[in-house]
Order: sequence, then C-alpha cells, then structure tokens
Amino acid sequence: MVTEINSIIPLLAVLVSMLASVLILAFGKYPNIREGWTFVAAFIKFGLVISMLPLILKGNVVTYTVVEMFPNLPIAFKVDAFGILFAITSSFLWIFVSSYSIGYMRSLKEHAQTRYFFCFAIALSSAVGIAFSANLFTLFLFYELLTISTYPLVAHIETPEAISSGRKYLTYLMIAGVSLLFSILVVYHYTGTTEFSFAGIAGMDAIPQTTLVILFVTFMIGCAKAAFMPLHAWLPAAMIAPTPVSALLHAVAVVKAGVFTALRVILYVFGVDLIRDSGIWLYMAYFVSITIILASVYALMQDNLKKRLAYSTVSQLSYILLGAVLITPHGITGGMLHIPYHAFMKITLFMCAGALIVTARKENISEMNGIARQMPITMLAFTVGALGMIGMPPVGGYVTKWFLLLGAAELHSMILIAVLLVSAVLNAAYFFPVIYVAFFKKPDHELKYKEAPLTMLVPLVVTAIISIVIGIWPDAPGMFLDIVNIAVANVTGGI
Amino acid sequence: MAGFEIITNNLPVFAVVVPLIAGFLTPIVGWIDRRLPWYWVMLAMFVVLLITLSNLVTVINSGTIHYKLGGWDPPFGIEYVIDLLNGFVCLIIAFIGFMVSIYSVESVKKEVPGKTTQFYSVFLLLITGLMGMTITGDIFNFYVFLEISSLTAYALIAMGDRGDGVVASFNYLIMGTVAASFILLGIGYLYAVTGTLNMADMQNLLPSIYESKVVLAALAFFMAGFSIKVGLFPLHAWLPDAYTHAPSTASALIAGLMTKVGVYAMIRFMFCVFTPAFVIDVNMTEILTWAAALAIIVGSVLAIAQSDIKRMLAYSSISQIGYILLGFGLVNVIGITGGLLHIMNHALMKCALFLVAGAVFYKTDIRNIYQFQGLGKKMPVTTTVFLIAALSMIGVPGTVGFTSKWYLALGSIVADQWIFVAVILVSSLLNIVYFWRIFDNIWFGHPHEIENIKRDEAPLTMLIPMVILAILCVYFGFFSGYPIEHIFEPLAKTLLGLGGVP
Repeated sequence: MVTEINSIIPLLAVLVSMLASVLILAFGKYPNIREGWTFVAAFIKFGLVISMLPLILKGNVVTYTVVEMFPNLPIAFKVDAFGILFAITSSFLWIFVSSYSIGYMRSLKEHAQTRYFFCFAIALSSAVGIAFSANLFTLFLFYELLTISTYPLVAHIETPEAISSGRKYLTYLMIAGVSLLFSILVVYHYTGTTEFSFAGIAGMDAIPQTTLVILFVTFMIGCAKAAFMPLHAWLPAAMIAPTPVSALLHAVAVVKAGVFTALRVILYVFGVDLIRDSGIWLYMAYFVSITIILASVYALMQDNLKKRLAYSTVSQLSYILLGAVLITPHGITGGMLHIPYHAFMKITLFMCAGALIVTARKENISEMNGIARQMPITMLAFTVGALGMIGMPPVGGYVTKWFLLLGAAELHSMILIAVLLVSAVLNAAYFFPVIYVAFFKKPDHELKYKEAPLTMLVPLVVTAIISIVIGIWPDAPGMFLDIVNIAVANVTGGI
Repeated sequence: MAGFEIITNNLPVFAVVVPLIAGFLTPIVGWIDRRLPWYWVMLAMFVVLLITLSNLVTVINSGTIHYKLGGWDPPFGIEYVIDLLNGFVCLIIAFIGFMVSIYSVESVKKEVPGKTTQFYSVFLLLITGLMGMTITGDIFNFYVFLEISSLTAYALIAMGDRGDGVVASFNYLIMGTVAASFILLGIGYLYAVTGTLNMADMQNLLPSIYESKVVLAALAFFMAGFSIKVGLFPLHAWLPDAYTHAPSTASALIAGLMTKVGVYAMIRFMFCVFTPAFVIDVNMTEILTWAAALAIIVGSVLAIAQSDIKRMLAYSSISQIGYILLGFGLVNVIGITGGLLHIMNHALMKCALFLVAGAVFYKTDIRNIYQFQGLGKKMPVTTTVFLIAALSMIGVPGTVGFTSKWYLALGSIVADQWIFVAVILVSSLLNIVYFWRIFDNIWFGHPHEIENIKRDEAPLTMLIPMVILAILCVYFGFFSGYPIEHIFEPLAKTLLGLGGVP
C-alpha cells in the first residue's frame, strides 16, 4: 500500500530557487556573489529533492498542501516516483548548467545577465513545481509560470528577430495554456476534482465518448510544450536564446514539462484502462509516430547545429509520448525512462554546440570542418551524445529504445516497430555527418588546440560520462530505472 | 459614553455623511493652507474606510443592518440597508478611494495646477455619491446619489487635458443624463404601480403585477440606463474619452469605482427589486450575457488598436465589465461568485494600472506605449507593479485575475454555455496581445539605447498605494478561498434566493 508522508520538503524544493531569484536580483551589481546564489540554490534544491528519494523508493509518496486556493481546489504537492524522476533530472542538471552558464555568458560578454539568472532560477522553480504538483490545478499554475519566466530568456538578445521568435514562443505556449485550462475546467466540472490518481481520476469514464475524445485533444494541445507536430514550431524558434537556455530549458525543463504533463494526463488523469478501452492510444501512437519520423527528416535539412538539435529534440520527445500510449508496462517504462536519458544526452549535445559558439564562433555544421582538431574533448563528448541519440550501446539511449521496441513488439505492431527502426536510421543520418565533418574533414585553415573555458568544459564532460554510465549500468540501485519501475507499477497496478 | 454610542449606532449613515461634510469643508481647509486638503482627504477616506470595515464586520457577524434615516419607518422614511453585497462594495469604494487619495498629491499638483482644493472637494463628493448609491435601500434616494456621483464625475473629467477633457466630459454628460433619465423613468413607473420607493417593499409588491407591461418597461429602462452608466457595449462610446482625458487620479478613481457601482446597482435592481425568476423569465439575463460576451471580445480587440495607454486601459475596462456582467447573466451560483469576485479584482487591477499610467505620465509626460522604451530601467518599481497588474488582467494563475476567470469559465460550463467559455479564454489571449507589446517596449528591444538611462522612480506617495494594490493582486490570487467561502458564495446563493446567509 502507498503511504502518504506529510512533509514541507516539496514546497521548500520549489521555493528555494524562487528565493534565490530575489537574491540574484538584489546582488545584480556583484556578479560573483550573484552567481554564488545560483550555485547555492542549485545544490540545496538538488539536495532537497534527493532527500526524498529513499522514501519514494520504498513506495511512499510525500504530500504537502500549501493553501486551499478555492474551496476543494488546493495548491498541493504530491511527490511520487514519476514526479521525482523529472525533478531529479532537472535539478541535477541545473548544477552543471549553472557553471556552464557562467562560462558562456561571461565569455560572450552578454548583457542583462542579472535578468538571465533571475529568470533561469524562476524557470527551475516552475519545472520542479510541475514535477511535484498533486493536481492539474497546481500543475497549471507552474506551467504558466514556466512560459512567462522563459520568455525573457528566449528574447534575451533583444534583436527584432529575437523579439519575434519570443512572440512565436509565447503565442504557441499561451494558446496551449488556455487549452490546458479549458481541459482542466472540464475535468473539474465532470469529476469534481483535479487530483492525479494512479488509476486515473475516478469518474472520467462517465464522460461521454465524444466529449472524452475532444477533451483528450484539448489536453494534448495544452501540452504543446512537448513540441509534437504540428505544434512544434516554437521550439526551433526558441533556439535564438543563449545556448545554456536551449540546453537546460529547451532540451530538459520546458519540453520535458510538456511531455511530463502529457504523461500525467494520459496515465494519471485518464488512466491506463480508459486510454486502452477508448481506443485513444492507437490514434495517438500513430499521431506521434508522424512526428518521430518527420522531425528527423527536418533535422536532416538543418545546417545550423542548434536547429538540428532542436528538431532532434522534437523527434525524441515523441518517443516519450509513444511509450506512454503503448500502455504496456515495457512501453511506459521506455517512455518514462527516456525523460532523464534524453535529458543527459541532449544537454551534452547542446553544451557542445554552445562551446563551439563561444570558442570557435561557429554555429553552422558546414563551417565546422576539422573542428575536432581544435576542440577534441568537446567533439568527443558530442560523439558520445550523438551515439546515445542513435541508440548505440554503451551510451544510454539504447536502453530506452529497447524498452520501446519491446512495448511495440508486445502489441504486435509492425508499423510502430518500423517507425522506431527508421527513426534510428534517420538519427544516424543527421548525426554522423556532424561527427564526420568535425573529425575527418580537412580544416579550411590551420587550427590550434583551444578548448572552451573549464566552467563550460567540465559540465559537458561530466554529462557525457553520466550518459555512458546510465547505459552501462542502467539497473544500478536507486538509479533512474528503479524509480521508473515504481512509477510503472503504480499506474499499471504492478507488473 | 453617550457620544460613543451615537457614533456606533449611526455608523451606517456615517459612511455617507463623513465624505459629504468633509467635502464641503475642503474649501475652508484649503483656504487655511493650500497643502492641507490632501491630508484632509486622506484623513476623511481613512475614517470612511474604518467605518465601512466595521459595517462589513457587523454584517458578517450579526446579519443585515437596517438603518432608518431620521427614525422614520420604511416604507415612509428612507432606509439604509447594508447586507453582504453592498457592505463589500462599500469597502471596495472606501479602500480604492483611500489608495487613490494617498497617491493623488503629486499627480494633482501637476495635472490640475491651481485647482487642487476644488479637485479634492469634488473627489470627496464623488465618494459620497458612490457610497450613497451603494448603501441606500430607497430607490429615489438612490437616484439622488446617482446624480451626485455623475455630476462630480463630469466635473473631475472636465479638469483633465485642456480642451479634450471638457469635450469628453460633455459627451459623458449627455450620455449620463440620458442614462439617468431612463433610470428616473423606471423609478417613476415602479412608484406609479406600487406606491412605494423602498426596495425591499417593492420586491414584495411587484410579483403580483409582473404581467403588467409597466413593470416590464421599467425593467427595460433600468437595464438601458445602467448599461450606459457601466459602458456596456454598444453603449460605451462615452467611456474611452472620459477615461483618457480625465486627470490621472480621477481616471483611477472613476475607472476603479464608477462602473463597479453601476454594476452593483444593476445587480441590486435585477435581483433585489425584481426577482431573479422574473428577470430570467423575460430573457433579460440572456440578453445581458450575449451583450457582455460581445463587450468582452470587442473591448479587447479595440484595446489592441490603441497606442495611448489610458485609452487602451479604458477599452480593456469595457471588456472587463463584460466579464462581470457575464457572470451575473449566467444566474448560477458559480457564475455570480465569479462576477462578484471580478468586481473586487477588477477594481484592484484596473486601479493599479491607471495609477501606473499616471505615475509614468508624471515622470515622463509620455502616454504613448511605443515611447515606453527603457522604462523598466528608469522606473523599476512602477513597471513591476504594471507587470503584476497586467498579468492579473491576463489571468495568469497566482493573480486575482485568474480566480475570477476560473469561476466565470466554470460558471459558463455549468450553465452549458460553451460559447462563453470560449469567449473568456479567447479574451485572455487578446489581453496577452495588448499587454505583451507594452512589456516588450518596457523591457526589450533596445539594449543599446537604454544604457544611459538613470533610475528615476516616481515619488513615494505614488509608489506606496501602487505597491499595496499589486501585493493585494497576488495575495488574493492565492488566498481567495476564505472570502469565497464566507462572503461570495453565500452572497451568490442569497442573490439567487437559494438561502444561505441573509
């Protein structure tokens, strides 16, 4: 039986970066102290999150009700295995990206750094808030906060192009927010609650079939942060942001908040049974398959490295959605596990792309001939990340692909298996050229060894190493697979 | 002790009498010293605030207050009735009035030079009018206060932008007079058929003659009259000019309160002079919801087209009034709760926004939103207040705007009116459009031009009320649970005649 433990830790974990954001603002004139707060907050946040892990691994949940906002509609936190999975991923990576940000922003002498670190801290609060939300209502609160706090980061460079990209970002995500709000209202109207439940919210099956399908669609529009097609256009546009933002927010926190919300809706609001019995899963599976393939094709066509990575993210996010709608234990495991696994690999790739911008001032793949001679460590880390994306052992990516394939095989769906395999080939097709260009093409002129500053190099090496470790030893005790197993057992009622 | 008892026994009427007398004494105070009227108004408003607060507490603890003016029993004498509904509206009037009075000093000095004493005198009389309209239980007495508030509002608006202010005021005067005539006609009709002027008495007498065309005509007159007074689309034409050209302080006061009291009066007449069943029966609520829905969309769209911040806020008010009326038109508990919430919420947010517009104008003489570049660096506190209040207007969760949006949308679902759900949600997107371009102008888009801008914040007297309003916008965004459960929901049930607290 699941025991509920009441503790204020979830609230503190959310608030710590909110508090840090105030201090960041207050110490805006002293960059070293300001960045100090970011680090302190990042470590405390991760410490608070990880301190709950032993309880979760024992199968408990940690709950805390903050305030009864409306009668029967509390702002409340409930930390379960799935929630902590996302929270650990984003708060752990924040530590590295903080270091990386400092190197990146100072090397490029970026303006408005106080605003940047301020918004970054709030965005992290929102991401962890989404992870720990006990109900749709609380989730929506943080979902909107995440949109608003990341807008200044997208529009950071303040050129007309950045502003219009920011507008695009806002348009997509705000329409999503409205759609999500609508869906939440409908759920509340029919069931009288918005609280997540392992078996789906009771009373959802009483909703008429047509309404249910419409509701599912509006929910999915609401999850546009998951960047599935055709609601993906904001993500490549958001690549105009500084690279650390692309790395943590647009490869981990924001987009994962989208898929996290989608999974919460599919598994914890609708529930596995309802999704299966209503037949929604099959349509959704085919729908996201289109994104998996098409986004990879788009990625092939990009010369700008960050844009190529962005389309790769679009494709990979749909893996997670696919896993969830396969609704077999293996499929869901694959989907959930892909949240941290993709995070580690993709953040490595983005940090490498940022290092290239800072050190070599190169953003386009066509300009990167022989760049590995100048930046061998960075390009090695890039190769690790890329291999993970393609799904080559020993880098992590193959583990999740394996589970997804198992899930698809269990359903005897040749189409979905084909989708996964074709996608792997496409991944190879858009990552290998980068590696080839960097390592084997002759540079246009003589290149000397010059790596990015250590504040940037260390994080990307560490995340690359972790990507390998989680591939070699995925079932280490207390690691992601353990957490995912508990989450899957929760929603499927035991494997 | 006897003196103390006189005060406590007469507290209901003091809410009207204090600003009235203080208003008449203002010229004398100003004659003693030109700087005194500001302190005088603050003092008067603070006293009014305490009185209304005490009245509301009394109502919550021991039920409706009936106060007989001069000891004459109704229906012959004038009766002041304070229940939850007007107790709460009075508190809002007093609170916003107090905030604006603190704010006013520098702004009035700049925008109506040499006429400060007159301004403050009229200011207090406007509060008197609004208080009286709200508090009275007598339909003709209501009309008297309506005229007081209207006349003072015309005067305040006319003190604004040279020339334009007078024209705007004159437009408003014509429209306002038409509205007041409609209302007076309605009152006359009802008096003719019932022979009473007391609202409660009237509600008892009317049901027996609901088939009468006279009663129906009276209702139509009231609705038309009040629709003009609150600026309900398409009877809104006077409103943008009036809000735009009035002095900033007056804009904040009028935008925050005038239309709210108009809405209050509309509700009072619909639900407490007539009965909800009758109003629904003659399709008045349905007409109201559709007009409100139209106002929400058209107001927002027109707001997008404006470049003068005050004019933009005025159109946004037209849209927001639509929210409130939509809630009441739905005539279910959740919708009405949303409407009531939005009376309070909109007063807080819109007052804050107009105060910000005034502060920016005070410092920079700029009202065009495309000239707001770099304002975030120049006036960080003011612009932060603007950010919070604007996010609140958009309805971002964690601000008051969200609580009312939630209730209104849920109320529409309960009423099975999905189109209104769409209207509310689309409108919040439109709000994003017109507020976000201001954010962009304030904070983004010109990193090089703003490097030399120095911090130059509005004076403290302006900042304090703005910050308080902004804090309340967030506070009630999270902690609305208690007032909803103990004031708004019971009130909504009472209005619908479903029992609850009397």
